Amino acid sequence: MKLEELRFGTELLKRGFAAMQKGGVIMDVVNAEQAKIAEDAGAVAVMSLERVPSDIRKAGGVARMADPEKVIEIIETVSIPVMGKVRIGHFVEAQVLEILGVDMIDESEVLTPADEQYHIDKKQFTVPFVCGARDLGEALRRINEGAAMIRTKGEAGTGNVVEAVRHMRTIMGEIRMLRGLDKQEMADYAREIEAPAELVFECAERGRLPVVNFSAGGIATPSDAALMMQLGADGVFVGSGIFKSSNPKLMAKAIVEAVNHFDDAEVLAKVSKGLGDAMPGLDVHKLSDDEVLQTRGR
Amino acid sequence: MDAKIGVLALQGNVSEHIDAFLSVLERMGHGPSSEVFEVRSPADLAECNALALPGGESTTISRLIDKNGLYEPLRAFPGGIFATCAGMVLMASHVEDPRIRPLGLIDMAVDRNAFGRQRESFEADLVMDGLEGGPFHAVFIRAPVVRSAGNAVHILAEIPQGIVAVEQGKHMAFSFHPELGEDTRLHERFLQRQGITNLAS
Repeated sequence: MKLEELRFGTELLKRGFAAMQKGGVIMDVVNAEQAKIAEDAGAVAVMSLERVPSDIRKAGGVARMADPEKVIEIIETVSIPVMGKVRIGHFVEAQVLEILGVDMIDESEVLTPADEQYHIDKKQFTVPFVCGARDLGEALRRINEGAAMIRTKGEAGTGNVVEAVRHMRTIMGEIRMLRGLDKQEMADYAREIEAPAELVFECAERGRLPVVNFSAGGIATPSDAALMMQLGADGVFVGSGIFKSSNPKLMAKAIVEAVNHFDDAEVLAKVSKGLGDAMPGLDVHKLSDDEVLQTRGR
Repeated sequence: MDAKIGVLALQGNVSEHIDAFLSVLERMGHGPSSEVFEVRSPADLAECNALALPGGESTTISRLIDKNGLYEPLRAFPGGIFATCAGMVLMASHVEDPRIRPLGLIDMAVDRNAFGRQRESFEADLVMDGLEGGPFHAVFIRAPVVRSAGNAVHILAEIPQGIVAVEQGKHMAFSFHPELGEDTRLHERFLQRQGITNLAS
């Protein structure tokens, strides 16, 4: 048979792609060798980067999209999906990653924002986007712009899960709270959190965000990953937590197993044994205002 | 017969499969004695009379099937299996990729990711053999195709890139995602093949 009227880049295809990642671990990698380790450990996708977030913190200056050469090297190495990060509002970096064949674009606060007023108009792209959020308002504004996946921001590159927990609890709590409101009160609440009322109604009806919601920013151990799953995450992003630990291969496998068995403490105890040192952590309360990444792009 | 439908819940779009089967069963007049639930262990599998293998990352799911001691129990599962996308890859008798240990439940060779990257994912209307009511709106996401199939395999749909829907015995497998649309004809066909009948009509 001949296929006519193929449709590409629809909302269903974008959200469907995100749904296929559920129950999985998406790992930050900076070269082909790390990408291979991630794939062999059972990652569902890799995030191709110039530097992992903890090194971005150390390097300072302006953090930008990775060199296309690096992205291509990673795309050619693995058969699982490859994601890439662009600066908030930098739609040209996004055009470049789309041409390179990246499967999902992360419009990320970990890079230095290119636009302090607007995020990317994500509906203009064929490729799906994931965006960070700290609360329901941020999440729904990003979804309204076309994000097919949300990840709670946490505080990237710290190895400290406290902000990831705060953001997941905030979003899940706000959605639970909606269920006690009538329609007028919900519309009022939508105005208060600066989100479209229709999306607020949808969250109330479904008891969850309209798109997949992953956790990110500070996950450093198998227990951290399982904690985020038990708090309601659909999956996790692990940035510096794997390749800044003392044994990345073991840590990567252990985190994949922890996400798969997030509610089984016996398995968690088993996979947490003998992993060596987790990445060195940072106290988020000691970060100065300009070191905090999560406040970028609200 | 009551339906006891398991959805393999190791990784992938599990909840969409659960929701799709629940709504089909309700439409077919089944009450609370018919159930749809997650399968993570051999003990869970023993509770089902039919199973869905969801979409997701086939390399990841294959590894987790082994880790969770599900490989042999799945091969010996007596009921029908409804497999989509990554699930179709796992049902095959042959897959080129060494990281996947396919279950060999349908006599076919499957290629992963046969259409390219996510930007090449597409929706299209498919004419399906023996399916009444017109073309089926199919959602292909980084989809596999069947490169070749044995004589025992009934080909339901084929496009220029390869075969995209098959049946063998009680099993059905699709390159695309029937669980992501509103059209439930393929789910109903699967349930009827398991002897789970429409009580509403």
